[in-house]
Amino acid sequence: MQLAIAHETIARWQFGVTTVYHFLFVPLTISLAAMVAGLETAWVRTGKDKYFHATKFWGKLFLINIAMGVVTGIVQEFQFGMNWSDYSRFVGDVFGAPLAMEALIAFFFESTFIGLWIFGWDKLPKKIHCACIWMVALGTVLSAYFILAANSWMQHPAGYKIDPVTHKAQLTDITKVLFQDTSLVVAFHTLTAAFLTGAAFMVGIASYHLWKTKRRPLEADTRKTASMRLSLRLGLVMAVVAGLGTALSGDTLAKVMFEQQPMKMASAEALWDTQAPAPFSIFAVGNVNAGHNSVELEVPGILSFLAKSDFSSPVPGINDTAAAEAAKYGGKPTDYIPNIFVTYWGFRLMMGFGMTSFVAGAIGLWTTRKKLFLAPEFRTGEDEPPRLMLTKNRELGPQLTKWSWRIGILTMGFPLIANSFGWIFTEMGRQPWAVFGLMTTADAVSPNVSVTTQVIAFGTFTALYAILAVIEVRLLHKYAKAGPDVDERPPAKDPTLRGPASDEDADKPLAFAY
Amino acid sequence: MHLHDVWFVLIAVLWTGYFFLEGFDFGIGVLTRLLARDRAERRVLINTIGPVWDGNEVWLLTAAGGTFAAFPDWYATLFSGFYLPLLAILICLIVRGVAFEYRHKRGEDRWQRGWEQAIFWTSLLPAFLWGVVFANIVHGVAIDQQKNYVGGLGDLFKPYALLGGLLTLVLFTFHGAVFAALKTVGEIRGRARALALRLGLVTAVLALVFLGWTQSHQGTGWSLVALAVAVLALVGALVANQLAREGWAFTLSGLTVVAAVAMLFLALFPNVMPSTLNPAYSLTVTSASSSPYTLKVMSVVAAVFTPLVLLYQGWTYWVFRKRIGVQHIPAAHPAEV
Ligand code: HDD
Ligand code: HEM
Ligand code: HEM
Repeated sequence: MQLAIAHETIARWQFGVTTVYHFLFVPLTISLAAMVAGLETAWVRTGKDKYFHATKFWGKLFLINIAMGVVTGIVQEFQFGMNWSDYSRFVGDVFGAPLAMEALIAFFFESTFIGLWIFGWDKLPKKIHCACIWMVALGTVLSAYFILAANSWMQHPAGYKIDPVTHKAQLTDITKVLFQDTSLVVAFHTLTAAFLTGAAFMVGIASYHLWKTKRRPLEADTRKTASMRLSLRLGLVMAVVAGLGTALSGDTLAKVMFEQQPMKMASAEALWDTQAPAPFSIFAVGNVNAGHNSVELEVPGILSFLAKSDFSSPVPGINDTAAAEAAKYGGKPTDYIPNIFVTYWGFRLMMGFGMTSFVAGAIGLWTTRKKLFLAPEFRTGEDEPPRLMLTKNRELGPQLTKWSWRIGILTMGFPLIANSFGWIFTEMGRQPWAVFGLMTTADAVSPNVSVTTQVIAFGTFTALYAILAVIEVRLLHKYAKAGPDVDERPPAKDPTLRGPASDEDADKPLAFAY
Repeated sequence: MHLHDVWFVLIAVLWTGYFFLEGFDFGIGVLTRLLARDRAERRVLINTIGPVWDGNEVWLLTAAGGTFAAFPDWYATLFSGFYLPLLAILICLIVRGVAFEYRHKRGEDRWQRGWEQAIFWTSLLPAFLWGVVFANIVHGVAIDQQKNYVGGLGDLFKPYALLGGLLTLVLFTFHGAVFAALKTVGEIRGRARALALRLGLVTAVLALVFLGWTQSHQGTGWSLVALAVAVLALVGALVANQLAREGWAFTLSGLTVVAAVAMLFLALFPNVMPSTLNPAYSLTVTSASSSPYTLKVMSVVAAVFTPLVLLYQGWTYWVFRKRIGVQHIPAAHPAEV
């Protein structure tokens, strides 16, 4: 028994650490790929240098990031079998399919075209080169979709039956697995959250450069400023659009979850007793053993709205839901209560951190708006940092201006934090189930892997990931701080697919080499 | 032919593709110390696989994902049973991927040297360990009635498995040397050919012993054919290499890899993980496979997307078909990415 608990605990910690880590890179990869693709398209269409420099600059940061995303992804592919072999046996028939499709359809796409994009600057015609990064972007979205469909099946099994002989899950309808509402809404929410993440990242770094230019205009290079200014704009627009999308999809997802996993949402609110109308809790400290909160602060009616779109519907509480699950699946009600502290705060930190970036983006978009809405004396050129304007002819004071820029920089990583907490909430809120209603996490662990082995693996991953995090953050910092290399030029003539135009090109150094 | 037999073949094809492609990637990694004399030459070697190594590695992910989908028990038994060797491979693949991408991102000598060391070791170790893993799969290990591996770590490193590891290591390095001769110009190209000859001879000896051992232990008529093809292809590759027909040499060294892996899978069939405790516990294509419906779905997906993958991966090799030499390596520049 003791051993079984140790088994499960270490395996869960390992999965949590490696997956959260993987997911630090994933949202940035998804969003930066598409944004770099957009920037390169702008360059191909207009031929303007500022777009070329922006493409190159964000492309570099994107590559530093994706390298880590790719290598940490390999671990994910292996560890279901390594640590969760009973889980793999039980679900393989259903769960393996989207995973295999992800590799065959999405990963090949991503990794092949990224090679072409990195090394192809002087080998591919501009338009084809640009198409390559679009392919990468498509690949990242596809890979997210497939893996999310797999995860959604764990949250809400569909399109399967339990084989009467083997007692294993068996696929009966692949379209239900791939396109059930859980998958669709989760994909929408995760993708919009990913774009919010990339947007805040872009806004933060662009703010850093523009604010520096503003303080020391003489040292600045106007070409650099131009490309950072357009990046700021792109980031702000994206933050607002993606932020709205995240909130909308999050609200829809909450309604789906109230339906499919009432326990998760009740714990997200630390709502112990069924209530109508149900309040939205702002602050609470729960007490699992007593089955109620010791301290709380709440807004009436809002939770009912989140769950059912009206302000008075009853929302089932933790105690009732746990009793219902115990009656259905056996055992004690307390077996079915997830870690309330983590789910409750995870949910709040997700919304809090993410929405802060959205609000910051909305304010930024307004204060840096285009010249049409500004009095002539406040207009700034394309290669100058914008003035932060409150109204048509009122600029923010120096203190507010300083803090606005600083907030842009400081909130750069907020959605990343929000994403991690969102997933921790999602996955821990599903406990004790690995596959909701079908298999508990305790039954999912590899029975034959010793605790020693698990500890070795967990220790190695944690240590390696910590070292790599330091290396990666330093590199990102170095390249982000350096800003775009404005002396860099695109290839003088557009390359042709048939190879070097003349013999003199034969010994030319590669445009890019490792 | 049943769908689970088709999927056995497909899984074999995926692993074969992986060893063919990442085989020379690993080889190149090992050669950065065996063949390259200085940093410029090391960079030439690394850049011959620069645009493609990531795509090559996806063959592994697809093989693992495909096994999960088509033979869940095979996936579960293999990955939980060979936990620590696979952990070592994972660590290597992580460090290696990062090393390729980050090595040139800073100018300091210490930084670059560190990553170059990493590339060598993290190519060498998986090249060896994959052989160990496959030798164990084919030979069979202690699998109990619950389909779980119950042996210890040491049991995975018996002489037969060690020999298998040595074979893949040397074979991949040979394959890599032939690839280097095909993709480079200048002085390094000739040296790659000379080294390929020596590596090829060692490969021949190891291949005869290991594959012969496998054949005598559990071979069939078909596996004997594959063995013969592997040996003949290897001889052909060496001849072509001596004649400086590098394209042919590479095709044939590739065929050696393909035939050797095919031979192992042929010797394995219809088992997927034989048990040494009791033949009744062995996982077979029937006992380990998914339901017919899942296999059908996956077959459709594979039929549509595999040709597509081959097409665009092939195109990548065509785009980067030019040989490279030290003159093509741009000078290190700190802002250069
Ligand atoms: C920038 C990040 C971000 C932001 C601002 C939000 N979310 Fe979120 N949320 C995520 C990032 C995220 C996530 C990390 O991407 C999750 C984890 C699982 C998922 O599908 O998305 C998630 C999960 C998640 C779940 C659980 C889904 C499940 O169990 O499958 C719910 C109910 C919500 N979110 C609801 C919201 C609401 C009502 C928000 C209001 C504004 C919100 N989220 C903002
Ligand atoms: C990428 C974002 C994800 C994050 C951050 C994440 C995080 C976590 C965490 C923290 C746990 C441990 C929960 C606990 O038991 O305490 C966990 C468990 C698990 N998650 Fe996720 N997860 C993510 C996505 C996925 C996806 C997409 C899948 C499926 C493909 C998945 C499958 C699992 C499995 C199999 C477990 C182990 C069993 C369990 O505890 O339920 N996760 N995850
Ligand atoms: C919500 C969860 C996840 C999403 C959205 C996601 C998405 C992605 C994306 C976009 C990439 C490309 C590169 C990068 O990460 O920067 C990637 C890489 C990878 N992911 Fe995840 N992932 C998730 C979780 C997982 C899980 C649970 C697995 C395990 C099966 C997994 C397996 C992989 C693998 C194997 C790679 C490497 C691909 C390559 O070599 O190109 N991912 N993932």
